Amino acid sequence: MSFDYDTLTAFAKSWGLFYLLAMTAAVLVYTFWPRNRKKFDAAKTSVFREEDRP
Amino acid sequence: MVAGLTRAERQSCLFLLTLVGLGALLVAVPGRWDPIGVHGLLVILLCAATAAYILPRLDLPEPVEDRSLSYYDDPIKAGIALTMIWAIFGMFVGVWVAAQLAWPALNFDMAWSSFGRLRPAHTTGVIFGFGGNALIATSFHVVQRTSRARLAGHVSPWFVIFGYNLFCIMAVTGYGMGITQSKEYAEPEWYADIWLVIVWVTYFVLFLRTLARRKEPHIYVANWYYLAFIVVVAILHIVNNLALPVSLAGAKSYTIWPGVQDAMVQWWYGHNAVAFFLTAGFLAMMYYYLPKRANRPIFSYRLSILSFWGITFFYMWAGSHHLHYTALPHWVQTLGMTFSVMLLVPSWASAGNALMTLRGAWHKVRDDATLRFMVVAAIFYGLSTFEGSFMAVRAVNSLSHYTDWTVGHVHAGALGWVALITFGSIYTLVPALWKRERMYSNGLIEVHFWLALTGTLIYVFAMWNSGIIQGLMWRTYTESDTLAYSFVDTLVAMYPYYIARTIGGLLFLIGAIVGSYNIWMTVRRGIPVQEKLGEGELAPAGAVPSPAE
Repeated sequence: MSFDYDTLTAFAKSWGLFYLLAMTAAVLVYTFWPRNRKKFDAAKTSVFREEDRP
Repeated sequence: MVAGLTRAERQSCLFLLTLVGLGALLVAVPGRWDPIGVHGLLVILLCAATAAYILPRLDLPEPVEDRSLSYYDDPIKAGIALTMIWAIFGMFVGVWVAAQLAWPALNFDMAWSSFGRLRPAHTTGVIFGFGGNALIATSFHVVQRTSRARLAGHVSPWFVIFGYNLFCIMAVTGYGMGITQSKEYAEPEWYADIWLVIVWVTYFVLFLRTLARRKEPHIYVANWYYLAFIVVVAILHIVNNLALPVSLAGAKSYTIWPGVQDAMVQWWYGHNAVAFFLTAGFLAMMYYYLPKRANRPIFSYRLSILSFWGITFFYMWAGSHHLHYTALPHWVQTLGMTFSVMLLVPSWASAGNALMTLRGAWHKVRDDATLRFMVVAAIFYGLSTFEGSFMAVRAVNSLSHYTDWTVGHVHAGALGWVALITFGSIYTLVPALWKRERMYSNGLIEVHFWLALTGTLIYVFAMWNSGIIQGLMWRTYTESDTLAYSFVDTLVAMYPYYIARTIGGLLFLIGAIVGSYNIWMTVRRGIPVQEKLGEGELAPAGAVPSPAE
């Protein structure tokens, strides 16, 4: 198989779609994973804690 | 500044200045017959001046407090000052070039003040000078507070801030001398580009090392946006600026990208500069300073994560919408158009998240001009991302491209979103940073807000009118299938709008000057916060510049 314009476009038009779908699935799973809930709720209010020193 | 550093750190500063100065000498001597020689000399002089400032202060008392118990805020203060200086410079040049379009004689018949050279000085001044300094300064603040860790270094933050500003100075002075590689938002030549890579990698390492010191298990979402900004801008900058200099003793270089690939790479860069320089980093500001100021947690943390990944992975492929109806393959244009339309989802998710954060707190928006800056910014963000997706559609683009509509769109984003969120963040940050009860004058914040909003609206409406008239005139045919209007006819039709645009920009500039005065007076005369612990707080300026405890 030669490495030319057609090879690249075929790759972009097929695998490009699949990797975005996989990426979307991964992000959705991470965001809504029940065990992450507590972490995100804590992060939400973390900006209000005392900020005068580390 | 120097008082916060140990003797060893002061010596490292001097060593770095010597190194950079010697590097500049290696460019200045062989390049003495070329504009690059001027830049070499400029760098040598700036290094010498900085060294002359540090040298007599080498033996000042060293800081004695336990540094791990406080944040390192000195570089942030310098960054805020530089932000406002560049704002005034960049916006002044913007008003000047806007006026030149209405009254061309304002170039005063000099090469350096011609439109083609002043226009990049305006874009570089506002995007990189004003925006970039604001991003670096606020990122240093947010990363320390949300990680509960001190910056991982004392010399490198200064190197990042001053190195970055050196790049901006080389860019702007270069345009005056005619140095440009003719790539929009990437005009500086090869040697300035290499310098920026060094500075940017230092910034990246500093940011990562600070995150690694964090005491929080989770990295707050604002830092994700800052990190995306730092990483992607590095990638974009390096790939787009791959070029071969004609000689090491000259400024001129040629890009390695041929023809249409160059156009594609340039707009992949250009649009992602909008995405990761002008959006991601400013969203980071929004996700920290807006909840902080409203005293309300962000509406949905999970939505902020979803929109983060949406923005990072959709924006990457949207750039080709700048090249509709060109030699770029049709499917690549369609790809850019599709991704631009999809982008509306994460963009509106972010804008909606910001506005929903204020549910039950809208009375604060009425009373507090600082919060209003950020809320109006979120609204403009929502409007201009919708407009952007719309304009990326090929049929709409056939009307809007090359017209003032594009200019109006860019300024709805740059003034309405980027600048307003920055001013809101700065008004939140400055009292906290200098330990003041509040800003010097709330009235002046109101004045600034209304000047900025009026200026933006005048500007954007003028350019919408102008752009659509222009686009329609260009495509109007007579019955015998010839163009109905000559190009000069369209220019005459633009004239009143160019004047209106200049006025809008001028109001915005005056607002920035009012804001700078207010910040200056807050630093000089603001009421200090009464410390709860109450010891050593009112230490005289200069003795212990970092937070006193």
